Amino acid sequence: MEDKGRFGEYGGQYVPETLMNAVNELEAAYNKFKDDDEFKRELDTLLREYAGRPSLLYEAKKMTRELGGAKIYLKREDLNHTGAHKINNVLGQVLLAKKMGKSRVIAETGAGQHGVATATAAALMDMECEIYMGKKDTDRQALNVYRMELLGAKVHPVTTGTMTLKDAVNETMREWTNRMDDTLYVLGSVMGPHPFPTIVRDFQKVISREIKEQMLEKEGRLPDAVIACVGGGSNAIGAFYEFIEDKEVKLIGCEAAGLGVDTDKHAATIAKGEVGIFHGMKSLFCQNSDGQIAPVYSISAGLDYPGIGPEHAMLNKTGRAQYVPITDEEAVNAFEYLSRTEGIIPAVESSHAVAYAMKLAPKMDKDKIIVVNLSGRGDKDVAAIARYRGVDIHE
Amino acid sequence: MNRIKEAFENKKAFIPFITGGDPNLEVTKKLLVAMQDAGADLIEVGIPFSDPIAEGPVIQEADERALSAGCTLDKLFDAIREVRGQLHIPLVFMTYVNPIYTYGKEKFMQRCVECEMAGIIVPDLPFEEKNELSPVCREYGIELVSLIAPTSHERIQMIAREAEGFLYCVSSLGVTGVRQRITTDIGEMISRVREATNIPCAVGFGIATPEQAKEMASLSDGAIVGSAIVKLIAKYGEDCVPHVKEYVSSMKKACQEAE
Repeated sequence: MEDKGRFGEYGGQYVPETLMNAVNELEAAYNKFKDDDEFKRELDTLLREYAGRPSLLYEAKKMTRELGGAKIYLKREDLNHTGAHKINNVLGQVLLAKKMGKSRVIAETGAGQHGVATATAAALMDMECEIYMGKKDTDRQALNVYRMELLGAKVHPVTTGTMTLKDAVNETMREWTNRMDDTLYVLGSVMGPHPFPTIVRDFQKVISREIKEQMLEKEGRLPDAVIACVGGGSNAIGAFYEFIEDKEVKLIGCEAAGLGVDTDKHAATIAKGEVGIFHGMKSLFCQNSDGQIAPVYSISAGLDYPGIGPEHAMLNKTGRAQYVPITDEEAVNAFEYLSRTEGIIPAVESSHAVAYAMKLAPKMDKDKIIVVNLSGRGDKDVAAIARYRGVDIHE
Repeated sequence: MNRIKEAFENKKAFIPFITGGDPNLEVTKKLLVAMQDAGADLIEVGIPFSDPIAEGPVIQEADERALSAGCTLDKLFDAIREVRGQLHIPLVFMTYVNPIYTYGKEKFMQRCVECEMAGIIVPDLPFEEKNELSPVCREYGIELVSLIAPTSHERIQMIAREAEGFLYCVSSLGVTGVRQRITTDIGEMISRVREATNIPCAVGFGIATPEQAKEMASLSDGAIVGSAIVKLIAKYGEDCVPHVKEYVSSMKKACQEAE
């Protein structure tokens, strides 16, 4: 039993006894339905006809030319319905909840993308939906709060702790402990107790499956590097997963370095974190020597999380993937650069990956290929970026 | 030596909980002695944690007060050690797994031994993960207390068979906090335990009034009360000691009535 849900030494199932039967029920249901033909058919239809998959793999020619090195492709998860990769996982989990006979879903959200996606799937599949979101995030992502409400969800601003994503996770876990008979916790990232890191990864790996097919079709070969931003790590694991065995493909995760990893205002878990056990999993966390979870910071609400999914902790330890810190300033520059250069406004989360591509591409030969996972679109961030640049606009 | 069991010998145990360092460690020391004098049979000392996911608002706020007052693990161990000579009842820690893991499991247990702690309760360490701590607990003679919940059903016997010290029966769904009514069939939970073992069972979560304590103690071997005490500490701050003492004494009496 000790190896259940483990990624090397990481992962596990560190939840209160009250939740054990709920996570066991979810695991059993997932194992039953993941290979069920009808479930697979229904999910595939939703992904194609509702979410708009497959998402495009776009060759960023201007960006490639300007940077003067490796050829850059953008995996356009921003074009999915609801504007981010989050919908891939949510359609899977809400459909699973439906099959399990649940009538209500609850979820945490940071930037609001996972909350919006969950509210969307809940509306579509007739589920009651309640979203927990840190008060700091409801303030900086007010538009997404209203979107969720439009979609019929109830949004609870979380005023405990640091009032960001980790506190939203705490509160959603507490609510699940209170009510699990009719309720499934739809977790938004590859984190939390087993089976969530596996389920979410399985629903997100469609990203790398498509990248592989599209790359073979366009270039007849695999890319040299795949770059994605990492908070909990769902879009990154989605973009990496099918390449893990292809050792020649470099996998690079970009963490939020906020004001810099040498300050105390960052969320760079791999660069600065230590092994710990929190939110149901053993992984790396930003914390002090007493095991108190540290307040973290990033301009991006979606990366503002003090931990990382256990599979990433393992990929880092084995060296299969590499993780780099990207500051707010670098991300904002990339946000503006991609908008100006390709006419694509990326989410400030995804801008962390774009920023690293901007550093890496010029150092690579022209016959090399980089794929950047553009995990979401940046409409939600426009007001915050304006504020960052000292422009006060009203949303 | 099995100090936890002493708390249940020939009596119904009353088990109060306080968060260590709330509102400060000087008050914690006084509270430990006062609660013992008021009849507490075992005391649960919470280690304040930044993210206590099993706690309701009352204990969450206590954790925040303790941490902002500067409570650290080292300071808490020191405080308990200073007052330990005045205490003859067993003490256990209630802590999340991360502080133990990150402080260092061995070092944590060593310090528990110095403080003569009888056991630890770790709400986010379920049966499936208890090997994370049980070997090191065994090595240092610290009992690892298991919990069962209203949702445990068929898991109860598996947990009870390997339980140490006492079995913490969570009375209700959700997090810690005062409840008007406890609707779980506690008698049924206890009888499932009894099919597997004779270990003492104490009921916690939601108990605040002497009537509730008496009812829960009559169904089990004892009652655990946290939030109701922590509320008094929040209300009276550094002047809370006599108020807590009086409350503990009334709750102990209620447990005795259940004997």
